[in-house]
Amino acid sequence: MTDIATHAADGHDHHDHPAWLAHHFDDAEQQFDAGKFGMWLFLVTEVLFFSGMFCAYVMYRNRNPEVFEFCSTFLNEKLGAINTGVLLFSSLTMAWAVRAAQLKQTKTLIGMLGATLGCAAIFLGVKAVEYSHKWEIGLLPGRLYRSQLESGAHGEQGYLQMLCVIPAIILVILAVYYVYSLVLGSKFHQRVAGPLVVAAACFFGGVGLGRILESGESHDAHGAAHGHAADSHASHGHDHAADATHSAEGHGTAGAGESLSLVSAKKKDLNDVFVSPQEEVVPNAKVNNQGMAGLFFSIYYCMTGVHAVHIIGGMVVISWLIVKSAREEFHSQYFGPVDNVGLYWHLVDFIWIYLFPLLYLIT
Amino acid sequence: MLGTKDVAFPRLNLGSFYLWVTGFCLFVFTLFSSGIDTGWTFYTPYSIEAKSAVEAATFGVFILGFSSIFTGLNFIVTINTMRPPGMSWFKMPLFLWAIYATSIIQVLATPVLGITVLLLALERIVGIGIFDPALNGDPVTFQHFFWFYSHPAVYIMILPAMGIISELMSVHSHKGIFGYRMIAYSSIAIALFGFLVWGHHMFTSGMADVTTIVFSALTFTVSIPSAIKVFNWIGTMYQGTVALNTPMIYALSFIFLFTIGGLTGLFLGALSTDMHLHDTYFVVAHFHYVMMGGTLVAFLGGLFHWWPKMTGKMFHDGAGIFSAAIVFVGFNLTFLPQFVLGTRGMPRRYASYVQEFQQLHQLSTIGAMILGFGLLVAGLVLLHSIFYGKRAPANPWGGATLEWECASPPPHDNFSTPPHVDDPYDFSKIEYDGKMGGYYKKK
Repeated sequence: MTDIATHAADGHDHHDHPAWLAHHFDDAEQQFDAGKFGMWLFLVTEVLFFSGMFCAYVMYRNRNPEVFEFCSTFLNEKLGAINTGVLLFSSLTMAWAVRAAQLKQTKTLIGMLGATLGCAAIFLGVKAVEYSHKWEIGLLPGRLYRSQLESGAHGEQGYLQMLCVIPAIILVILAVYYVYSLVLGSKFHQRVAGPLVVAAACFFGGVGLGRILESGESHDAHGAAHGHAADSHASHGHDHAADATHSAEGHGTAGAGESLSLVSAKKKDLNDVFVSPQEEVVPNAKVNNQGMAGLFFSIYYCMTGVHAVHIIGGMVVISWLIVKSAREEFHSQYFGPVDNVGLYWHLVDFIWIYLFPLLYLIT
Repeated sequence: MLGTKDVAFPRLNLGSFYLWVTGFCLFVFTLFSSGIDTGWTFYTPYSIEAKSAVEAATFGVFILGFSSIFTGLNFIVTINTMRPPGMSWFKMPLFLWAIYATSIIQVLATPVLGITVLLLALERIVGIGIFDPALNGDPVTFQHFFWFYSHPAVYIMILPAMGIISELMSVHSHKGIFGYRMIAYSSIAIALFGFLVWGHHMFTSGMADVTTIVFSALTFTVSIPSAIKVFNWIGTMYQGTVALNTPMIYALSFIFLFTIGGLTGLFLGALSTDMHLHDTYFVVAHFHYVMMGGTLVAFLGGLFHWWPKMTGKMFHDGAGIFSAAIVFVGFNLTFLPQFVLGTRGMPRRYASYVQEFQQLHQLSTIGAMILGFGLLVAGLVLLHSIFYGKRAPANPWGGATLEWECASPPPHDNFSTPPHVDDPYDFSKIEYDGKMGGYYKKK
């Protein structure tokens, strides 16, 4: 007992502890294992965090399948697909970055981290187009939802510009930083600023991409008041007029409980009997009220929103990695941070791969 | 106890402390702004409509949740990857097993609470409607999400207490723990079973009959590992040299109170009696027997046990025993009458009551005052020791775990070289030295 105490008295021995090895770890392997295990546990908590929303999704879709089908038609599959591709590609670049860190290829490492960051920015740009478009036509969560069957559902414009303000400010700051680094002639600052500026610019690339793809669909989008609502069922050939009147009724009178029971009654019919066009009119109007469609969009915004927050968080840590890489801190003995951020990034990617079909591709 | 220099992620550790402070401040803010009138359960739909500072409270819960997750994560990683050479899983002190089980719950259950309170906050701010019946949401879903965390949360509180008792029983009986492996396994079993029983809080909320039966059956299974522990603690004392000092008195009263708390839990786990006892004082009494008579008393015992190690000062043992006795009497006087009140139909969360309940309520109030006095005495005993206590030897009780091998209080960097690890419950080499006033380990 006393020998330990006396040993402690002669202090900390720093012998053969390199700077990258924290003092409380015995060796590089223990440090790497601890970090990796910690990250895996963190990912477990992340999965559980999302699981609450997946649970809610399963419950409400199970109760109101027709609502989810109806509302899903408002989501732009093209934009969703592009974002899926972008994220998948970013996973590749991230994995490549890990390899580059192990091999101490600093240039490749910074390039790949920058590419990952750029992909994330494109993703957010496309998402900004999607969100702002939905806000403009009143596809909002819960009690803010506006019916898509009434005329005049089109609300204020300018949400996209609002969403672009912060990225624009960031881009300007980073551009200034880049110019400053050129003036300074510091290799370190150029290495950091370069990829960051490109990534910030990628956000606007994403916005442009989203606009182009969306304008292809704008024909539909403008006709959303009738076109979209009828979209999924148009083939059955029921008339819009009936649809619209029903919606007015549905709105005026149906309390939440009543519409719930009506729809669940309808659901039974839908299961039992082969659907006739007239019968479909009612759920279509019913599902378009706040409590029904609004609920879908609540789940949509919660899931994609929390996911987007994770993307932003990932971008912050990737930027931190770029700084560390520019200092050439990583090598075959110490690449844990890149590896762990990579794991996190793959998880974020993975969650999107679930979200895309669950929200966009319901038929 | 683990013999490492630090936890695996020291900065994360500090970060979770700061998060805890932030969350704490938010709660204090809630208290001083408008209070919170939703009860601690935040049940929807009332929590959506309530005018009080629910947002601040939910945000506080969210932040505290992260603090809890990060701490749990840190402990699991530390125990998994940083045990000193020679300390295999089954040479770990049982307190660490308990902490490990607790950390599993913290890591697995808390994120669900996180998303639940986040959705609740969004419900209030933008009206997303997921839990709001007015928007076709389902308030019972909230209860499911809430209890999925909040039932395991009570195990977060009781498991460390059980770990403390395992240490206290063995050290103060000067005898190896009885059934080491079973105690270790039962900690993990409680952590895992704890995830499957949340439905027993909702027997009256509306669930399918089959579901309630399954939840009831699963609830009973939790009693098995708990009973294993109690029997093993009692088995540890058998033929031991039991020292009746302050920590041990607290430990003994823990076993008594926890047993009552555990057994009354069976009444509530049974479907038919729960229908009668749900939301009555019986539940209040049961909960306090487990959480206060259990957790708090065990924590006090642990505090007295490790106090010399933490501060380097010995407290007055007689005064400590006195405080334990008052706490024991006061506690029982407070909560035993509540069992009776509950079975007679006194509902919880009511400020007023009918005339016939008055005597029992008054008894309970007197008990609470005695209990408060007992806690005050315990605090004073500890405070007194800081200023007037004798210097504590390295090992005043004769413990065999690693922490007793360093000086009291432990110097900075006490384990800068990995210590030599023995069986933590082998007392054959521990001998008393009258000159030191404490024990030492024979080489």
